[in-house]
Amino acid sequence: MSVAPMSVAPMNAGPAIVVEGLVKRFGDVVAVAGVDFTVPTGTVLGLLGPNGAGKTTIVRMLTTILRPDEGRASVLGLDVVRRPHAVRSVIGLAGQYAAVDEALTGRENLRMIGHLTHQPGPTIHQRADELLERFGLSAAADRPVRTYSGGMRRRLDLSAALVHRPRVLFLDEPTTGLDPPGRSDLWALIGELVADGTTLLLTTQYLEEADRLSDNIIVIDGGRIVASGSASQLKSRLGTTVVEVRFPDAAAAQTASTQLAPIGAVEVLDDRRTISVTVADAGPAVLEVVRQLDSTGLFPESIIVREPTLDDVFLQLTGHKAETGEPVPPPGAKAASGKRSARRERGAA
Amino acid sequence: MTTLSPPSPAAEDLGLQDRPPASAIVADALAIAHRNLIALVRTPTTLVFSTIQPIIFVLLFRYVFGGAIQAPPGMSYVDYLMPGVFVQTVTFGSVNTGVGLATDLQTGIIERFRSLPMARSAVLAGRTLADVVRNLFVIILMVAMGFLVGFRIHAGVIPFIGAVLLMLGFGFAMSWIMALIGLSAGNAEAAQAGAFPFMALLVFASNAFVPTNRMPRLLRAYADHQPVSAVNSAVRALAGGGATTRPVLVALAWMTGITVVFAALAVGRYRRTA
Ligand SMILES: Nc1ncnc2c1ncn2[C@@H]1O[C@H](COP(=O)(O)OP(=O)(O)OP(=O)(O)O)[C@@H](O)[C@H]1O
Ligand SMILES: [Mg+2]
Repeated sequence: MSVAPMSVAPMNAGPAIVVEGLVKRFGDVVAVAGVDFTVPTGTVLGLLGPNGAGKTTIVRMLTTILRPDEGRASVLGLDVVRRPHAVRSVIGLAGQYAAVDEALTGRENLRMIGHLTHQPGPTIHQRADELLERFGLSAAADRPVRTYSGGMRRRLDLSAALVHRPRVLFLDEPTTGLDPPGRSDLWALIGELVADGTTLLLTTQYLEEADRLSDNIIVIDGGRIVASGSASQLKSRLGTTVVEVRFPDAAAAQTASTQLAPIGAVEVLDDRRTISVTVADAGPAVLEVVRQLDSTGLFPESIIVREPTLDDVFLQLTGHKAETGEPVPPPGAKAASGKRSARRERGAA
Repeated sequence: MTTLSPPSPAAEDLGLQDRPPASAIVADALAIAHRNLIALVRTPTTLVFSTIQPIIFVLLFRYVFGGAIQAPPGMSYVDYLMPGVFVQTVTFGSVNTGVGLATDLQTGIIERFRSLPMARSAVLAGRTLADVVRNLFVIILMVAMGFLVGFRIHAGVIPFIGAVLLMLGFGFAMSWIMALIGLSAGNAEAAQAGAFPFMALLVFASNAFVPTNRMPRLLRAYADHQPVSAVNSAVRALAGGGATTRPVLVALAWMTGITVVFAALAVGRYRRTA
């Protein structure tokens, strides 16, 4: 069974998505402040950024929901402002908050989308069944969505985006609210879709996810692109590992932060006695940290080696911590769980 | 249609259209209406609840105030009252359209509809059509209630069917006003709150429960020349006998005018709502 697009016309070799100088303002807030990128056909672009970076706003402009204030964007060569209807017939969207009808059953939701996308009548039921099966919703297919768990709703929302076999797919934080099995299942599904030629733009707050799924990654902050490249390019620029060293007191941490600066980017954490050093290569760096501390007689309480978080990436890229301009989710929407930046302290305004 | 530039080769390859096929305008509206009717059927209690308030009005005016109110000559008060109650029910029922749309905005499903290659008019047309069906059920319930308390049709079944159609048409017209309010309000509570004063002004300052001839001059001038009164009069004429042409034409003029103006405003608002 396939969830992939029908191969209608020969793939045009050009880029599937082209974005030039895109700007969107909401009153005084510049949500997207001049963004350029292209997504080659059949590849995956990961849009990585913290709360309020402008990810959703970019997705909404590309999916014809929101009109850009400046700049241009096209999908499969179709301008999103001038030819919105044509764009809509080639794209699929699963937005940040599951957008399904609560009163309808899962099956009815998918059939409704089948009708609204003008699929040939006989295939509508079959397609709905196929997707329900693929997303593990067959057992719940005839229950109203109101009775679904957050993860089930999310999966239904994703399958709704695939009903008309879109050639370009937009997924806004697709794994938010999924449990680990749901997450890895979605990753597998994305692999299938891409293998069949679907072009995908996904947004995420998780470096690991962007890394795992994307051919190219764009890091955005404050509506601007702050870095872009393949996962491995970014990694070599960003350093792949964080060494966290905790000291008995703030003074020691302060001394050590100067001492260790040559090894990698150093940050003093909020408890004021822990510092983190972002490095490219864990092994030699840990030895170097120990050597340096030993030579100055600073005794750490603990040393932890861990993968970088999005916070580390942002510290590296922008020199500041990820700002949070958390948009208010629709009250009906399930609260997004496990957002890394939600754990941050929101101090300075 | 005019495009500023020739279609790109990619689009030609795909054979893509720049607007939905004409058949989609009807088909998509029906698909949306179907969805809204499923919701209605799944929660029939909301339908029943929406008749509670008019039923209280019937009991109140029929048995408590009714004796003190002078119906126009040649008409019993219950025959005067019930058409007013039917129209009141349909008018308040249209708030449902606004609340439904506001809820759809809130839950984000309208966001999904905007990304689909469907007819742009379908979300609003489907909702208002579904509410016509809803109104039909409510009217049937209220007519049954009317018969229980002594309401009778004097002009025959056919004119009364005409009266029901007229009320459905008026409910449809009012739904477009509520669609505009619902889209502007953005959430269900605000839509409800925003609609109420407006509805109250139309329903209570009308000839629905009492004839206007004892009202103060200014109020009477308003009450005699507003749409709810016009529809009340038309329904009374169709149900109770008497000259029907003029009141029916006035009522039709109101509902056509309201539909044309507010459908245009609501669709414009829908296009702009992000
Ligand atoms: N409809 C709107 N009206 C006003 N401001 C908005 C609107 N939508 C977004 N913004 C603002 O634009 C900025 C970018 O928001 P956007 O939703 O695109 O961020 P995001 O990267 O998707 O964030 P998150 O990870 O929290 O979903 C934020 O400052 C937000 O408050
Ligand atoms: Mg977002």
